[in-house]
Amino acid sequence: MRAVGIILAGGNNQKMKELSNRRAIAAMPMAGSFRSIDFALSNMTNSGIQKVAVLTQYNSRSLNEHLSSSKWWDFGRKQGGLFVFTPTITVGNNFWYRGTADSIAQNIDFFKRCHEPYVVIASGDGIYKLDYNKVLEYHIEKKADITVVCADVPDGDDISRFGVVKINEDGRIENFEEKPMATSENAVSTGIYVIRRRQLIEMIEKAASEDRFDFVNDILVRYKNAKRIYAYKMDSYWANISTVDAYYKTNMDFLKPDVRDYFFRQYPDVYSKIEDMPPAKYNPGADVRNSLVSAGCIINGKVENSILFKKVFVGKNCVIKNAIILNDVYIGDNTRIENCIVESHDTIRANSTHIGEGGIKIVVETNERYVM
Amino acid sequence: MIKKEMIAMLLAGGQGSRLGVLTAKVAKPAVTFGGKYRIIDFPLSNCINSGVDTVGVLTQYQPLRLNTHIGIGIPWDLDRNIGGVSILPPYEKSSDTEWYTGTANAIYQNLTYMEMFHPEYVLILGGDHIYKMDYEVMLDFHKASGAAVSIAVMPVPWEEASRFGVVVADDHNQITEFQEKPKEPKSNLASMGIYIFTWSVLRDALIANANVPGCDFGKHVIPYCFNRGEKMVAYEYNGYWKDVGTLSSYWEANMELIDIIPEFNLYEEFWKIYTASEIIPPQYIAPEAKIERSIIGDGTEVFGEVESSVIGAGVTIGKGAVVKDSIIMKGTTIGENAVIDRAIIAENVEVGAGVQMGVGEEVPNKFKPGVYAGGLVTIGEYSTIPANVKIGKNTAISGKTSEADYPGGILESGESIIKDGDEA
Repeated sequence: MRAVGIILAGGNNQKMKELSNRRAIAAMPMAGSFRSIDFALSNMTNSGIQKVAVLTQYNSRSLNEHLSSSKWWDFGRKQGGLFVFTPTITVGNNFWYRGTADSIAQNIDFFKRCHEPYVVIASGDGIYKLDYNKVLEYHIEKKADITVVCADVPDGDDISRFGVVKINEDGRIENFEEKPMATSENAVSTGIYVIRRRQLIEMIEKAASEDRFDFVNDILVRYKNAKRIYAYKMDSYWANISTVDAYYKTNMDFLKPDVRDYFFRQYPDVYSKIEDMPPAKYNPGADVRNSLVSAGCIINGKVENSILFKKVFVGKNCVIKNAIILNDVYIGDNTRIENCIVESHDTIRANSTHIGEGGIKIVVETNERYVM
Repeated sequence: MIKKEMIAMLLAGGQGSRLGVLTAKVAKPAVTFGGKYRIIDFPLSNCINSGVDTVGVLTQYQPLRLNTHIGIGIPWDLDRNIGGVSILPPYEKSSDTEWYTGTANAIYQNLTYMEMFHPEYVLILGGDHIYKMDYEVMLDFHKASGAAVSIAVMPVPWEEASRFGVVVADDHNQITEFQEKPKEPKSNLASMGIYIFTWSVLRDALIANANVPGCDFGKHVIPYCFNRGEKMVAYEYNGYWKDVGTLSSYWEANMELIDIIPEFNLYEEFWKIYTASEIIPPQYIAPEAKIERSIIGDGTEVFGEVESSVIGAGVTIGKGAVVKDSIIMKGTTIGENAVIDRAIIAENVEVGAGVQMGVGEEVPNKFKPGVYAGGLVTIGEYSTIPANVKIGKNTAISGKTSEADYPGGILESGESIIKDGDEA
């Protein structure tokens, strides 16, 4: 494919509460065996994109660890590769990324040296499958300057956390409303854009020279009349995980057979870093119902309507219900966990109880796992 | 100059005929094990964990699955600029072209490969055992003892020693005698088929025995070195080591993994076993499912009951199905309400709804009584079993079968259905 990929993975927000204390949202574990950014990365490799730049700054250790090799997404080629750009101090700049447009501006030399005519920009917090070639075809057909991939807001999701677009009959975007309180529209921007590379460089450099740093407000909204900005409507599954509720709900969606079939069994696959965990083990006392269980788990208790990420240990007589247990969590015997998200690498002491009442509770424990 | 202190040569060309239809289309080292792995993953992981980063894999019998599994060695970190893993099949020469006629003959035909790395030592491995072993410790032992050949040995119960090739060693571990399946063993140290040779000794021995028909390590090369007075030592290994050469031992080794604290523990962070797994998603356990004492691979969906079984990746177990004491490999589908008792079902098999496996009395298998024993039902890969048939004990099925193959809807104990082209 004749495009270079950009994944905007810098972000953090208050709506993820304690979950984003330890990592960028793009590094959030998803669907048992994946991380959020795997979906964008897999879409890129499956679309034939060979060169991908990941722009990140907030707490990027976890993300860097995950992206330690480009092998898992097949980006390790002579042409292309996977590049992770964090802010650096240079002669002319000593700022962090002040916004999405600024993160591209600070790495503009990289994009100037590319030879691909187009750029696909995606965020690291979208859960979807998409062939970007189709978006590019549409972009060319419409003679668009920028194409924004749009989707209908999933039922029950809070529209005020999205950018809402008004689309005319031809597909051209007539108006943007960034995070409106109330709106008559329901098509929202997914944060996926296709744009000609030279066009992007021109716009980014202009914005930078005016001290404007945000891609949405300072480029999309400002240029909406001056440039041809089109909407590509995506009608397959799409979810954004950047609030605790959305994160919980999107994970739980994977308990539905059609969602699982779409992501796990239909072509093309979603790829992730291989961690070489042994198969999950069910000991006497295990009673697992309507749950996803990942490799490396050892289960001795009851698990219902829950998602166990990699290498979770569930002790005897435990009851885990409507919960998401992130990777490498040890749950001691006789523990009860309901309506919770348990942070990764936690150790839950035996005989404890965590119940989310009136919402999802985030459990963060810092107990020592082994008492000498 | 390229130089590696020790390189490994992994013999993976054998059929493993005692695994019956399981190896009808794949070499034994490529047979799956433990819900996720293939047998060859164990020696390959041992190599990289021991710091041996140059491995020649000798293939001959049905190599496709092995070739695709190993690829360029990425899962084992054996994709190297220098060394790494190389698949070494037999090849045509300007004269005297032949297949690999024996274990040592296969190594002999690849002298050039070994010479490329200017090794000091060569490690000879088989591809048919489940174990974790640090070959570097064995190499240290080899160097310290000043031996030309070190043979890894394992103490076995005295009453079983007569089934093995045993090694008699003195107090300094120096080997004084070899006994092949002796009636009255003088030692209980069984050879594990793992050797470290000082390179010059191996090279000379292979060249000297070049014209021996079916040249074999145990039968020719080791005796040759011994008779020439080379110093040979026994390296005693006391960890878990399991032969999976027969259906019964293969079944047992899998079943040992489901113990609460298995003797062979795959869950330790130390000494990981690596494998190529294209199935990444988690497994799904349905509301009506029931699972006890089992291990289950990635991406599998369970709607029925599973007890004391080893289930591979990407398997579907239908609603109402009951799977007990069985091994089910990657990509297989078990139909609704099927009952599977003591069966080994290979990869990508379609088992119809309502099939009952492992019914009736135990009768010796008529086709190969020595292979299909232990009351097991064995199904080869890509087989199809039509709905609602009954299958007895000590039976084997390979290929796409239809109702016409089951007179009265039943395959009696001791019978086999081997379809054309599936000669096992």
